[in-house]
Amino acid sequence: MHPAPSVIIFTTLSGLGFGLLFWLGLGYPAATGLNAFVFFTIAYLLAVGGLLASTFHLGHPERALKAFTQWRTSWLSREAWISVIALLVMAVFGAGLVFWGTAITALGWLGALLSIGTVLTTSMIYGQLKTVPRWHHWSTPLLFGTLSLTGGALLAGQPKIALPLLAIAGTVQILYWIVGDGQLRTSGTTMETATGLGAIGKVRAFEPPHTGTNYLLREMVHVVGRKHASILRLIALILMVGLPILLLMLPFGPIWAALAVLSHLIGVAVSRWLFFAQAEHVVGMYYGKR
Amino acid sequence: MTTLPASTDRKLGLVIDLDTCVGCHACVISCKGWNTENYGAPLSDQDPYGAAPTGTFLNRVHSYEVQPDAGAAQLIHFPKSCLHCDDAPCVTVCPTGASYKRVEDGIVLVNESDCIGCGLCAWACPYGAREMDAAAGVMKKCTLCVDRIYNENLPEEDREPACVRTCPAGARHFGDFADPESHVSILTAERGGMDLMPELGTKPVNKYLPPRPKDAPIDILAPLLEPVAQEPKGFLGWLDKALSSMPGGTK
Repeated sequence: MHPAPSVIIFTTLSGLGFGLLFWLGLGYPAATGLNAFVFFTIAYLLAVGGLLASTFHLGHPERALKAFTQWRTSWLSREAWISVIALLVMAVFGAGLVFWGTAITALGWLGALLSIGTVLTTSMIYGQLKTVPRWHHWSTPLLFGTLSLTGGALLAGQPKIALPLLAIAGTVQILYWIVGDGQLRTSGTTMETATGLGAIGKVRAFEPPHTGTNYLLREMVHVVGRKHASILRLIALILMVGLPILLLMLPFGPIWAALAVLSHLIGVAVSRWLFFAQAEHVVGMYYGKR
Repeated sequence: MTTLPASTDRKLGLVIDLDTCVGCHACVISCKGWNTENYGAPLSDQDPYGAAPTGTFLNRVHSYEVQPDAGAAQLIHFPKSCLHCDDAPCVTVCPTGASYKRVEDGIVLVNESDCIGCGLCAWACPYGAREMDAAAGVMKKCTLCVDRIYNENLPEEDREPACVRTCPAGARHFGDFADPESHVSILTAERGGMDLMPELGTKPVNKYLPPRPKDAPIDILAPLLEPVAQEPKGFLGWLDKALSSMPGGTK
């Protein structure tokens, strides 16, 4: 799949922002007043900034409000709803902390649930697609959820929570890659099932329908850059998990913590790039490509 | 509404005969010609006369070489457009309700004024039947020529999809699959019409007829004919021997 910058920015930033909102909702850190204002501002900038980035790739962003109508069947529509409700609930909770210094605990818990729910609905936009076997697996929501909680804990300045979560996130990421690499084969879709010609023999793409490229190839048969995948996986793991763990082991200080967050953020963005670039859409079968 | 109908009154669709298709791409051109000036936004081209032309098409013809275990390879031309699936994954993922499947005839359509151009339906389609128009920013797909098949301003013989009407080989057939007596149902039953990527559970309405088995070569005279000389004679024979005897030469 085409690793469009808009979707990478969207999923990376909003994942981090909603992850921070999750921990703020649970009272980690139990900040009030100006301190709380800073935390909530960072969370909202990331979450809302990410959501806005997702509208960049729309053909008609001015009609984006229509995306709230089909929550019965569409995960994209559900995500729109849950994200807005989460942001509203957390705004009330945050206002309580900032202006009155009181935590409405029940509301915070609800907001936390909705925040992680937003990340999970985002992941289901990809996880629901049978056409992309690498994504069509429970490890996709697990990966998105874990990374969001980990980044959120880092950003919330909670090294005791972040350290074990970083280790878990690294494990989940490796598991996702191991499972993902076999998913296309397990799905059973081949050029033979795509064309129905397997009964005759081995199918080879002889001549494509068009001499140039087209929307399908640009959008869904993105193969450039995959050759560096194993190096990029290593870079993603080191930046996302390895370096932040080392930095958190150092005597805790704001500069090290900020560096850990930055390193984690870049690592997640690399991992997200791979998430798209390595995902094979079955329409590639019609072109003899993966 | 992006909820799929439990069933549709009719199931209009195409039968595509892979045995008959000659790969002329006439259906591609007639489709583009009709649909660029009728239902919805035009099918735009980008850089059409430049170095890297691309454009929106609702129907495309692939060509495949199929190699059996024994015997010669076969070349099969393979037209592909929307299959108007009964369980269309492109419809349910749509966040705005722009994509829908009609209850009356099962045609899958896009209401372009509701389409936000997110592209998720194209991701959900395994067949590459949907293409985002780069100029209009909305999703385009085969409409089964909904503006021809019911169009009383057209002569009756033209009230079928443009691709079917134009096919010079008779490789495309249009009809109602819900009617077991329709010619498309009979064709499908008699020729073993098949689904594409059945493992994805999309239940396509359009069916593909597999190529008929090739005749076994029958050449009753061949055994009686003089064998054609395999060994070169004269100058070529000498050259063959000379080259073979050189170091590294093939015997």
